[in-house]
Formats: sequence, structure tokens, C-alpha cells
Amino acid sequence: MKKFAYFPGCSLDKIALSYNHSSVDTAKLLGVELQELDDWNCCGATTYFHVDQLLAYTLVARNLAQAEKAGLDLVAPCSACYKNAYFTNKYIKEDPDLAEHINFALEGDDLQFNGKINVHHIIEIFVNEVGVEEIKAKVTNPLEGLKVAPYYGCQIVRPRKDGENLENPHFFEELVEAMGAEAVDFPYRLRCCGGSLIMTSRHAALDMVRKLLQNAVDSGADVIATACPLCQVNLECYQLQVNDEFGTTFKMPVMYFTQLLGLSLGLSKKKLGIGSELVSAVPVLK
Amino acid sequence: MAAKPTFSQEISNLLYASHGNPLKTCIQCGTCSGTCPVAEFMDQTPRRLIGMINADLKEDVLKCNTYWFCASCFHCTVRCPAGIDIADAMYAVKRYSIWHKTYSEDLVGPTFSETFVKTIARSGRSYEPILAPTYMFSMGIKEVLQEAYMATQMMLKGRMPVLPAKIKRLDNFKEMIRRIIPVGGAE
Ligand code: SF4
Ligand code: SF4
Repeated sequence: MKKFAYFPGCSLDKIALSYNHSSVDTAKLLGVELQELDDWNCCGATTYFHVDQLLAYTLVARNLAQAEKAGLDLVAPCSACYKNAYFTNKYIKEDPDLAEHINFALEGDDLQFNGKINVHHIIEIFVNEVGVEEIKAKVTNPLEGLKVAPYYGCQIVRPRKDGENLENPHFFEELVEAMGAEAVDFPYRLRCCGGSLIMTSRHAALDMVRKLLQNAVDSGADVIATACPLCQVNLECYQLQVNDEFGTTFKMPVMYFTQLLGLSLGLSKKKLGIGSELVSAVPVLK
Repeated sequence: MAAKPTFSQEISNLLYASHGNPLKTCIQCGTCSGTCPVAEFMDQTPRRLIGMINADLKEDVLKCNTYWFCASCFHCTVRCPAGIDIADAMYAVKRYSIWHKTYSEDLVGPTFSETFVKTIARSGRSYEPILAPTYMFSMGIKEVLQEAYMATQMMLKGRMPVLPAKIKRLDNFKEMIRRIIPVGGAE
């Protein structure tokens, strides 16, 4: 069984518990063990970089160092955590000066980081490590007739890592089709959900969410699939506020792709945390 | 003695070296503004902000809301024909304004960021309910009620934490933070 150090991050501890459980259980069914990182800390989300860059890298490096100690590559299900871990890892590898500063701080926790591991987003584990064909072969409960809008959001594709298709990626659509569902053409799939602006610039963020929801409705989607807890919370939990603010009547379920994948592999709704949404997904699922 | 750095030099110094080309290479094409999903809510578009930094218009730059309205989506960054990391430049201006306390008072972003940082420095994890008061004051009564309603729904569904989480080796963690900023926010 392939094994990775799994960094759930603060959101998955509670607000996105269903993402946490569905990720671990679904991966296991597909022969991948996600072993939770020991005593992980918050990676600073997008916010810590507003205040101090070096400290932000250090926070991330503590998690990287613990994965390295366990001899495992790091996997993050949150897109913001993933971006932070990916680039911190890259910069430490490229910049000995930065590495020295950070290692001096890490000594305070008896840790050290030598840049020997890689960082992945969890969707890459399913797409690259397991593979779409393998998933297709294991699907026992194809999600026939379900129209899914695959929402990439920002940080699984941006900023550029290496050579990936930034403007027209396909892997999320392929994954959705492997589950037996239909991936609808969703023009805003790469557009930002507003991220933490929902806390700091409420009206702007609600308007960004409104545009995304409208675009998903226009695409004919039954459900939006996400790969990030921040996107999920913005699109789903703030839907009521959007309706209040703009007089709209959205009722669009927003699910983690791992929940849909789990369903297609025959896991129960309960096990996948389906039922804890504020906009129920049950009416669109058979 | 070296001359005092200009504002544009100060901002450049805050950009981590490997990120992108210098802001001075901007050709004012406007691709960033055309791409930005928040542009309509900004006082100045991203293109204008880069131009203003390059022209050393320090006061105008610091008093606009543009950099606090940046959602860090990196869409402008990946499209800029001059290879400028615009999103990172926004971060640099945010840091500059927090350090110099020059942001305008009606913005929630800076307070939110500082509270967020303190929460992590204290516990190693972030915790939504502590963050709430920092942005609550910016809301009207309707928004506060909406937020409270949502929080209640989330709690009923087991999605809101009741107590903040803490990491196990907290003392070591604080020592690590002190090694980076000796005065630390880790009180
Ligand atoms: S896209 Fe790049 S070159 Fe064009 S205006 Fe924006 S920063 Fe300048
Ligand atoms: S990174 Fe910021 S400035 Fe650039 S497109 Fe996104 S929100 Fe706009």
C-alpha cells in the first residue's frame, strides 16, 4: 500500500470534517494510506503571509520537517495549505540562505528540514498515483445521470508549478467522468471564490460567490464538486447570505470530490459525511 | 552614506527574490486588471497600482483598498506578459502597511490578519470563533444575525469547534517562533 504523510489542516479538523473522512476512506479503498502527520500546526493559510514572510515559511517548514522525519511525501487536501507547502518546499530547496534561517528556528522544536520530500494536493494522488483508469475499474456504483460542475478554484493550478496546463486543465473533468457522472462545461471553473475576502470584504466576496453559483446553474449542474474547504464553505455556507443580499434563490449543493468518489466506490452516505451540508445534497443524489 | 530607498525600492525589497520580474518591467498592458475578479470593487485596478508604485506615489498607494481586496488568486500572476508576480506585490504592500500601520481604518483586512497571526502563535492552530469579533464590527445588524444563524446551523451539524485546538509541543513551537522574531507575537 502506498503511504503518504497527510496534513489535514485546521479546516478539516471540524468545519470540513466530511472532507477529512471521505479523503482518508476513499484513498484507502484505492490502495493509498494517508497517515496523519504528527502534531501538525496551522500553515498560516493565505493570511500569515500578510504579516511576515519568513515566519510564514517557518510554520510550513515545521510540518514539512515532520513528514520528512517520517520518510513520507506530504499530502494536503486544502488548496491553500497545499500551495503554502509546495512553494515553501521549493524555495527551501532552491535557497540555502532561507534554509539556514528556517533550520535555526526549527531547532527550537528539535527538528530539521533537508528538502528531501515532495508535496502533493490530494486530487493529484487520485489522478496521478491511483490513476483515472484504475478508478474507473473500481467504480461499483456509477453516478449515472448526475451533472457535476468541477470547480478547480485557484491554488491547485496557480501559481505555476511545472509545465501544467494553467488555462485549460482536464484532470478534474476526467475524474468526474471516471465516477460515471457527467462533467458539465463550467466556464468559471478556474475563477476565484473570494477566499478569505468573505471575512474582510464581505460584499465583494458574496458577489464573487453569486457569479460562480449563477454560472454553475447556467451550466446545468446538479452539484458543484470542490477540492478545497475554503471554496466549499464560501460556495455552500454563504449561499444563504448571497440569496439575502442579491434576492437570488440558489439551492446548489457543493460537495467535496472525495464524497462523490466515495459514493461511486460504494461507500455509504453516512460514512462520507453527507447530511452535514447546509444546502442538502440528498435531493440530487439517487 | 547610501541614499534613502524610494518607495518603489522598498516594495521591491519586500518581494522574495525568486518570485518574478521587477515591477519596473510592467508595460501597463492591463491584462492583470482585465483578469482580476475583484477589480470592480477596488479603488485602483491592479495595473494602476503597479504603475503608482513605480511612480513612487506612496501615499496614494497606501490609502487605496486595492491590496486588501486582493484575494490572492494568482490569476493575474500567471497571465502577466512581463512575468511580474502581481499577487506577491499585493502581499508586499500589505506587509508594508501593517508594519508601518498606514492602512485606512475602515478596512477589516489588517486587523483580521493580525488576530489570525496571534491566534496561531498562541496555540499552533487557527480557530474561527476567535477570529469572528475582528470582522463582526464591520458588519451591519443583518449580517451579524446571518452569521450567528449560520454558526448555529454549523454547530448543530457538528461543523463548528466548541473549543480551540492546541498542538502538543506548544512550548517548542513558541521557541521556534521566538527564533524568527525575537520579540514575537507569542505572548
Ligand atoms: S499584466 Fe503585468 S505588464 Fe500588464 S499591466 Fe499588469 S503588471 Fe503590468
Ligand atoms: S491575485 Fe489579487 S490582484 Fe491578482 S487577479 Fe487575483 S485578486 Fe486580482
